[in-house]
Amino acid sequence: MPTARLVTRDICKAFGPTIALGGVSFSAEPGQVHALIGENGAGKSTLMNVLAGALTADSGELLLDGAPYRPLGPTDARRAGVAMVHQELSLCPHLSVAENVLLGAEPSSFGLLRRAEMHQLTLDALAQVSDPARDTMLRPETRVSDLSPAGQQLVEIARAVSQTSCRVLILDEPTSSLAADDVKKLFTVIRTLREKGLAIIYISHFLEEVQEISDSFTVLRDGKTVGTGPMAGAKISEIVGMMAGREVQELFPRSLRTPGDAVIELEGLDGVEKPIGASLTLRRGEVLGIAGLVGAGRTELVRAIFGLDAVKGGSIKVMGVSGAASPASRFAQGVGLVSEDRKGEGLATALSIADNLTLSKMGGLGPTGLVLPSRQREVSRKWIDRLSIRTSGPDQAVRDLSGGNQQKVAIARLLYHDVDVFLLDEPTRGIDVGSKAQIYDLIDKLAVSGKAVLMVSSYLPELFGVCDRIAVMRRGRLGPARAVRDLTEHSVLMEATGS
Amino acid sequence: MKKLLRQSWVGPLVALLVVYLLFVILRPETFARPINLVTMARQTVVVGIAAAGMTMIIISGGIDLSVGSSVALTTVVIARALNAGCGPWTAALAGVLVAALTGLIVGSTISLLRITPFVVTLGAMTILRGAAKGVANEQKIDADPKGLDSLLGVLPHDRSWMIFPPGVWTLVLVAALAACLLRYAKFGRYLFAVGSNERTAQLCGVPVQAVKIGVYTLAGALAGLAGIMEFATLTVGDPTDSIGLELEVIAAAVIGGASLNGGEGSIMGSVIGALLMTVIKTGCTHLGLANWVEEVVTGVIIVVAVALDRLRHRRR
Repeated sequence: MPTARLVTRDICKAFGPTIALGGVSFSAEPGQVHALIGENGAGKSTLMNVLAGALTADSGELLLDGAPYRPLGPTDARRAGVAMVHQELSLCPHLSVAENVLLGAEPSSFGLLRRAEMHQLTLDALAQVSDPARDTMLRPETRVSDLSPAGQQLVEIARAVSQTSCRVLILDEPTSSLAADDVKKLFTVIRTLREKGLAIIYISHFLEEVQEISDSFTVLRDGKTVGTGPMAGAKISEIVGMMAGREVQELFPRSLRTPGDAVIELEGLDGVEKPIGASLTLRRGEVLGIAGLVGAGRTELVRAIFGLDAVKGGSIKVMGVSGAASPASRFAQGVGLVSEDRKGEGLATALSIADNLTLSKMGGLGPTGLVLPSRQREVSRKWIDRLSIRTSGPDQAVRDLSGGNQQKVAIARLLYHDVDVFLLDEPTRGIDVGSKAQIYDLIDKLAVSGKAVLMVSSYLPELFGVCDRIAVMRRGRLGPARAVRDLTEHSVLMEATGS
Repeated sequence: MKKLLRQSWVGPLVALLVVYLLFVILRPETFARPINLVTMARQTVVVGIAAAGMTMIIISGGIDLSVGSSVALTTVVIARALNAGCGPWTAALAGVLVAALTGLIVGSTISLLRITPFVVTLGAMTILRGAAKGVANEQKIDADPKGLDSLLGVLPHDRSWMIFPPGVWTLVLVAALAACLLRYAKFGRYLFAVGSNERTAQLCGVPVQAVKIGVYTLAGALAGLAGIMEFATLTVGDPTDSIGLELEVIAAAVIGGASLNGGEGSIMGSVIGALLMTVIKTGCTHLGLANWVEEVVTGVIIVVAVALDRLRHRRR
């Protein structure tokens, strides 16, 4: 038996009283993709940071190709051959692709950059992750901010593999912001790198993807390894069971819903670039899904409806009334939006749960013009309780919550505001399975109680599980909304990619 | 009690007490005298009042470099108004209105033209300084203060029960009102939201632009009030007065725990920061130390205060 590329043995790491890792062991083989699976808070990020040198383990042993591996920092880890691509891209948007790929490892003589060599090294690195004939944008001199998220991710991977010593590549939720066809491209890249003998550690929430791409897996729960083995033959339901520590029953509850009056009517809606001539009717008591690739204009559509983006033509009627729109006026009409960008837009993460929850409706929390912190807390406690948000209390800063709990705060804001129309843009992106199930359940309850839900998602099983009707968006154009029973994941995907 | 200790101004308060006690021990016969407390309180009024406005601006994610110029302009306007035959109240009001108006213009420029506050107020710093010199014909304007000087003067015997002169009590009142505004008013909560994440505030229907215009106007009015206090000390309208005051005011806010990234800060902290700087200044004078020593010490305190604040954040 050949020696494993990277072995972790009984890794423990505690932050103060919180035990993040309580004994993790697994091994990754060269030329294999090893999936690391677990709910948010299971310890995946901590483990990755230990492997990539950003954190030092309290105890346990790491072996790289049989030799002890104790990185002193991320640079040291990279030099040893362990590179990581973070979930949130960490590129310098103002710099060129070449400058990003070689950042910190620029070839230079006497402090002067050797430009030609940089260019060549970058070309070599890019050739490993893309086909230069097809990806014309991905050139060493392109400014990174001009690239799509998928392109930027390839630059990150190119940076990781540009080190000739690269032996282990860690990918943290690499597909969370990619559309389906970009995911396919990424998988091709991963397979190529695998064939070159790299050990790839792949972290993801999307179990279908994990099953497709990986050769073996390890499941973490509460900082411990709860299962590991080859992917072939493993069942998704078993893996989900290991993640949750229980059998997950019905993920998508669906009660009997009866569509009512139209609450939002779009007629030939034009945005600045997208959407183009979008027409749509959303009724009370239904969940309408918008499918499509990233960049198809789905986010722009909901932002235009909500008055966040300018409208160039067409009409939006809310409860039968058209007119100028702003987020404030939409809230007044009973329309609320959960942003796809949770940390950048959805929540003021440095502020408390109470402040975030009550931000859109501060009236009624005290005498005119005043907001009493005690009333804010009281209201927040109610919603913390109802949505079972895991927190030390309403005064806790949102940034200290897990992704799933943060998202619950964003949704709780609309519930507290008591809106009738919920515009949910990627409401379950990057959150754990448990929180997802709760959000699906909540959406179902909202629809049954006569609220209207418009939900944008890149995750088709979720759209099919939750929605009554689905409309597909492609290059700014919105197709007709069809009943879910008349659609298949395949047909939606075909429509989204235009094939 | 535990909750009280978690307040961001507790650290600066401890620092203030330590530094104060240090000087008391070093110079018990002069520094420790009660009258010295009154003097130091008086000397903190201008910076303290201006810092209340600055704190609100910094919480909203902005900055105001024009405070010093605004204070100088106010003293000139007051002197002119007094010489034109206005009563003390009218003259003071005129000063505050002019300062509030400049704040309104600055705020509108920032929010409607979307220029960063640093640049707009950097421009305003020069513009207002020039305007002050223009209004004053480039010289000091002597004026009969008509009683305005008593705001920060030594209390007459029949009113010694007030302990501090009215200007100090004004600072206390302003600080209390501003703190309540930040904590209990919708406007105050909006300031934190805008400073913490402007896009979130926008998403939630917060009138972001109006909030920004409002905070610069309010801070402008407070700079005007600080200008009245400055006039009370100077009793002349001086267009070259208060150069560099803005940095002292920003330092007070920063020592008091305000974050230049927005979303964080407290009035209590800023007033403590202002007091701390006065105590260091006065203490160094009492020790007979040269001016430069005091400046170095103040600078070190600013950086140490912020460093400690960062540490506190990280440990959480």
